[in-house]
Amino acid sequence: MKLTINGNGTELQDGLTVKGLLECLEIEPARVAVEVNLKIIRKDDFHRLVLKDGDSVEIVNFVGGG
Amino acid sequence: MDDKLVIRGIEFKSRLWVGTGKYRDFEETARAVEASGADVVTVAVRRTNIFNRDSENLLDYIDPKKYKILPNTAGCYTVEDALRYSRLAREAGVSDLIKLEVIGDEKTLFPDTPGLLKATEILAKEGFIVLPYTNDDPVMAQRLVDAGAAAVMPLAAPIGSGLGIRNPYNIKIILEQARTPVIVDAGVGTASDAAVAMELGCDAVLLNTAIAGAADPVAMAMAMKHAVTAGRLAYRAGRIPKKLYATASSPIEGML
Repeated sequence: MKLTINGNGTELQDGLTVKGLLECLEIEPARVAVEVNLKIIRKDDFHRLVLKDGDSVEIVNFVGGG
Repeated sequence: MDDKLVIRGIEFKSRLWVGTGKYRDFEETARAVEASGADVVTVAVRRTNIFNRDSENLLDYIDPKKYKILPNTAGCYTVEDALRYSRLAREAGVSDLIKLEVIGDEKTLFPDTPGLLKATEILAKEGFIVLPYTNDDPVMAQRLVDAGAAAVMPLAAPIGSGLGIRNPYNIKIILEQARTPVIVDAGVGTASDAAVAMELGCDAVLLNTAIAGAADPVAMAMAMKHAVTAGRLAYRAGRIPKKLYATASSPIEGML
């Protein structure tokens, strides 16, 4: 399936959950927030939400700022 | 002397709050933050680098157990964006604290106060502890508090400008009318600016560039720490009135 992750088009295996996607990307779930198609996904739902073809995923974290 | 800053039940050890932007690297950030004695650090919310997972994370250097993390909505020019970033920040972090910015102009980075007011109202209803970055307008400060702001953060001068407190009289009026803590945010250039803000009676000072952009950020962080402490003490001590003419400090009596 085709996903857009942080603005980048990517081909990934079908049936991937948010948790699975973060594992693929080697991202520690505790320190990020995830949005799928503009909807924030609670951390408790990371393992439940199965991503679909065409989904747009945003993964954000804290960076230096004032 | 018990003089703790409390906002919505959260106790703050330091009246100096610092940003984490513009440092050379995370190591320098950590050293400067440590030297500042601040227990609040601001951070921004941005896309995670999904291509290079070796890149280090700010929170590896700034321990969220040791510091209160205050996410901002810097870079947001619309209410919708500010709400989106705030909600993401809450999800990525551990608290309801948000430094709310709705920017109205690219060149001055002055706030879009109608947008700020609207976003404050919505986020306060969602349970956020909203700390809005606003201009030095006493009426707007009142409106923000009416809308649910937990504190107001008037700018001293444009972000990163280092111009210091451009309108101490407005800040004074904001303080006189304040029903919440008042934190001067943005525009501080050097230690004396921070001291002036505190001598006016501000509850805290938030700054970033003044430390990060200094030739020696760690030394400037220490200077800011002392300035904020000195300014606060001077405010509480009660300064003497200003007079046009001299009053002798030594007695006349006993002179030859």
